[in-house]
Amino acid sequence: MLAAGGEDARPIAGGHSLIPMMKLRMAAPTTLIDIASLDELAGIAVGPAQIVIGAATTQHDMISSEDLFAACPIIRETAEMIADPQVRYCGTLGGNVGNGDPGNDMPALMQCLGAIYVCESASGSREVSARDFYQAAYFTALQPGEMITSVCIPRPAQGHGYAYCKLKRKIGDYATAAAAVTLELVGGSVRDASIALTNVADTPLLAAEAAQQLIGAPLSEATITAAVARAEAITAPSADGRGSAEYRTKMAGVMVRRAIALAQSRAGEAQPKPAMPSSSSGAAAGSAPTQTNDDGGKGKGGFFGWLKS
Amino acid sequence: MAKKLITLTVNGEKHEVAVEDRDLLIHVLREKLRLTGAHIGCETTHCGACTVDIDGKSIKSCTRFAVQHDGASITTIEGMAHPDGALHALQEAFRQEHGLQCGFCTPGMIMRAHRLLQENPNPTEEEVRYGIAGNLCRCTGYQNIVKAILVAAEKLRQPEAAE
Ligand SMILES: Cc1cc2nc3c(=O)[nH]c(=O)nc-3n(C[C@H](O)[C@H](O)[C@H](O)COP(=O)(O)OP(=O)(O)OC[C@H]3O[C@@H](n4cnc5c(N)ncnc54)[C@H](O)[C@@H]3O)c2cc1C
Ligand code: FES
Ligand code: FES
Repeated sequence: MLAAGGEDARPIAGGHSLIPMMKLRMAAPTTLIDIASLDELAGIAVGPAQIVIGAATTQHDMISSEDLFAACPIIRETAEMIADPQVRYCGTLGGNVGNGDPGNDMPALMQCLGAIYVCESASGSREVSARDFYQAAYFTALQPGEMITSVCIPRPAQGHGYAYCKLKRKIGDYATAAAAVTLELVGGSVRDASIALTNVADTPLLAAEAAQQLIGAPLSEATITAAVARAEAITAPSADGRGSAEYRTKMAGVMVRRAIALAQSRAGEAQPKPAMPSSSSGAAAGSAPTQTNDDGGKGKGGFFGWLKS
Repeated sequence: MAKKLITLTVNGEKHEVAVEDRDLLIHVLREKLRLTGAHIGCETTHCGACTVDIDGKSIKSCTRFAVQHDGASITTIEGMAHPDGALHALQEAFRQEHGLQCGFCTPGMIMRAHRLLQENPNPTEEEVRYGIAGNLCRCTGYQNIVKAILVAAEKLRQPEAAE
């Protein structure tokens, strides 16, 4: 259907970004395909090496899942800072990451976690890294006729530290600036770190150089200050009701600093990283624990098959 | 534009209603079903005055198309009082604790509080405040709304109040 509708056909999930945009005449799709009612697109499967979340899974469902919280608590922390309870009952992960609005909180988190988006169209399926997905505000790697069916997240090492820190004017607001941080501490030294930023550029930003400042040494004022400076350096925020560009850049730095401190306080001794399935093409199905392999050799579980069990 | 027949069960009563694809649920509830309890405050998903309960979720009905809810079971403020007309514990508590002034936000507040108490029958004050963060009130300063919800929660926890 998505293919038949051409360029002006779009999926609608929660509708809580799309309907407001249609009201503002910023979007005028001619055909909407309701994917929220497709049960096979919703669900959370926490496997030993990766977490697979169906695109139509709502923020409310992600907050409610204890399995997900145990494996990757930063997802709940982030989802709880999105909008308000009513919006979280409707807003989906696929809609949040597929929308392309730099204000959305999940895209930077997915970049921080190294998530892969499984994108399907009538002609097949492909995997796009969250880190390569965003091109400009509302421009993404999605082709016409293509949609995200699931998001695969490598399972963070047990004992990792994490924090999503978001500055907003009031509850329910989009970020003035926000930062997602994960840290792995081994014997007091940083084995690995990842940092990404929300709403301080046209797209979410992976702050790879900033994270690099932290790796290989114990956290110190010097390494943290270097990381904050590298993070601030890649921002390019616009001035809007949330503040001037300079202010938002500084606030991005403050959020990075706070998130590192909070992540450090939550970090235990990091365990080895869970081993990933041997080939990345296993990403969509490889480790979903409840998967039944009724599709035999196809491996990927067929169209949405990974969640059907 | 072609109309589509959808079925909505509202406050226990089944309705078949012809809607256009673009009709928002709040308009269908208010204009087609004449249930004007849910209000339109902002129509931009901010104020929560249009909140209704749909299949166990609090939803801002100004930001859903009616066709997205074909077959759904919906409760609006009109469905909260008991069949004999006695007020629901939340309605009673809002009256008693002065949880409203102009009353515009009240239907949305009560529908949201209803779902909150279903999910968390014994919330702290902070949990109530976080739980109603999607509902704006221009009059009360929230203090008495929060108090009313806590009073109703206590009443609903007593077994004889269970309905
Ligand atoms: C008052 C308010 C405050 C908000 N505050 C925040 C906030 O602080 N942070 C935040 O992150 N978000 C916020 N949001 C947005 C909210 O989280 C959205 O619901 C969410 O971003 C989009 O999810 P959706 O399911 O509603 O998507 P929809 O509105 O249905 O879709 C959004 C876009 O994504 C496309 N899409 C949907 N599903 C897919 C898919 N599977 N594959 C590809 N494309 C798809 C649609 O075609 C559309 O273009 C807020 C919304 C409101 C109304
Ligand atoms: S009228 Fe729906 S949120 Fe204000
Ligand atoms: S009582 Fe007037 S808006 Fe709440």
